[in-house]
Amino acid sequence: MIAVDVTLKRGEFSLEAAFESKARILALHGPSGSGKTTLAHLVAGLVAPDAGRIAINGARLVDTAQRLNVPPEKRRIGLVFQDALLFPHLDVRTNILFGRFFTPKAERRVPFDAVVETLGVGHLLRRRAGALSGGERQRVGLARALLCSPRLLVMDEPMASLDYDRRQEIMTLIERLRDEFSIPILLVSHAADEILRLADEVVSLDRGRIVAQGLPSETLAAASRITEGGRFSVVSALEAQVGAFDARYGVTRLDHPAGEIVVAAHVTNGERKVRALINATDVALSHRKPADISIRTALEGKIVAIDEDDGPLAFVHIELIGGERLVSAATRLSVDAMNLTVGSAIFTLVKSVALDERELGAGATARE
Amino acid sequence: MTLSDLAPFLEFSPPELTAIILSLKVAGVATVASLPVAVFIAYALARWRFPGHAALNAIIHLPLVMPPVVTGFALLLLLGRKAPLGAFLADHFGIVFAFRWTGAALAAAVMSFPLMIRPIRLSFESIDERLGLAARSLGANRLWTFFLVTLPLAAPGVIVGTILGFAKALGEFGATITFVSNIPGETRTIPSAIYSLTQTPEGDADALRLAAVSAAIAITALVVSEILQKRADATRAGR
Repeated sequence: MIAVDVTLKRGEFSLEAAFESKARILALHGPSGSGKTTLAHLVAGLVAPDAGRIAINGARLVDTAQRLNVPPEKRRIGLVFQDALLFPHLDVRTNILFGRFFTPKAERRVPFDAVVETLGVGHLLRRRAGALSGGERQRVGLARALLCSPRLLVMDEPMASLDYDRRQEIMTLIERLRDEFSIPILLVSHAADEILRLADEVVSLDRGRIVAQGLPSETLAAASRITEGGRFSVVSALEAQVGAFDARYGVTRLDHPAGEIVVAAHVTNGERKVRALINATDVALSHRKPADISIRTALEGKIVAIDEDDGPLAFVHIELIGGERLVSAATRLSVDAMNLTVGSAIFTLVKSVALDERELGAGATARE
Repeated sequence: MTLSDLAPFLEFSPPELTAIILSLKVAGVATVASLPVAVFIAYALARWRFPGHAALNAIIHLPLVMPPVVTGFALLLLLGRKAPLGAFLADHFGIVFAFRWTGAALAAAVMSFPLMIRPIRLSFESIDERLGLAARSLGANRLWTFFLVTLPLAAPGVIVGTILGFAKALGEFGATITFVSNIPGETRTIPSAIYSLTQTPEGDADALRLAAVSAAIAITALVVSEILQKRADATRAGR
């Protein structure tokens, strides 16, 4: 449980933000300059607000009315930076144990071996921090933050400087941290795919103000319309149960209330739920469930909104059976030609080859 | 020329030996005593913004640009036996600088301070301040952060500053002779001894010998500082 209500003014920039969340992974999302990093630094205590309150799990960290401002070293908040910021003069082992040294013995809940094992940094322990690759640095950074047994992990764009494969790897690790150590995470990110895959809830910021808060798939679909990425950054997330693996064709079937999702990969994480990320540009629409077509994934729902302007594009928002939302990018031409209207029943078609295993994140096993 | 031909050249007379040992003592004490102050002020100048920042910076660098005689004279006016501060220290704490070796150490410290502080400050400035924030977030308070993260990362600059300061302190002459005179066994360091020898007839050979010692110490210091800095850079690069 995190509760924030702060104001801050620095020159031209002003931040006014109030939110509460019980999410296991809460994302702070927004373009650069929106104040999301400042907000994370406020929570961590690296910056003091002009006025306001911050509390985590009922523990008050800041209350300017009471002149309370707990210094960062007493907040017990693990910080993970974009560039990891490992101590270059120390080896990996000392880096990882740095925070643990300052943690009172009674509060050292997170075991060293488990962290080293989960994050796969055992073979790096004797190396100097300066001699690591980007992905390795980030894993060591996660281990270091985790080992001070924090009440909250604050991650400031932890994957922004990594390539695609390393990002997938770190996302998988973050999911495992969430499940194995049950420490809530505040994730600062401008990347929709990270948030859709990882976060339970998102707070969307723009120019120092909160513009939306809610489920990632709904909040981001609305927000990404106006961002620079345009149609290619609109992504939906669907949660589904892993079903049977068809060894003959090498595909895995995922069970979703609205239908079956076929993934061209062997999805291995057992009985877990997964979150499949689907680009709006990979979703086609049909009035009937088609038979004579290569696409195997057809999810049933109804149109709840059609978002269009004078441009050639329209974003069709579909509420699937089960309540989840999926966004499809189409031309205005086809919207009119198909006579699509709000309220009409529709089948959404997703090419299986557009989905790949790395786009599937382990879904939240339980939501608070 | 063989080594045995050199032997008489390297055989020091007792007064010369006294001057060499005194020089090492004065420079050593000056360096050790001013190092913590230099580290603190270098850190303050590098990291803090406060009123008087520019003034402090200017005062520290004054001895570098003023004639050393003036610095020595200023010390004399401030800490001489009859000067207010000098008399106060002598009466209440029994600390006397004027015409003592301690005064020579003080003069050397003041004169070498700008040289010492510069590499230390540059070192502090080159450290990513967010590393300190990372340490704070991991539970280290300001003091722990300084000693575990900031100071070790600034070590190359601290080492270079120490060696440069020591070399400069060994060679200090103008301020020293003005402030504490040229008393054999008390304030006659190598430079003062060389000066005295050049003022006596037949003293040139002896002066040359001391000059060689002085140059040897200075060159050794520079080489050692270069090696240490190279090694520290390599460590930081993760090799």
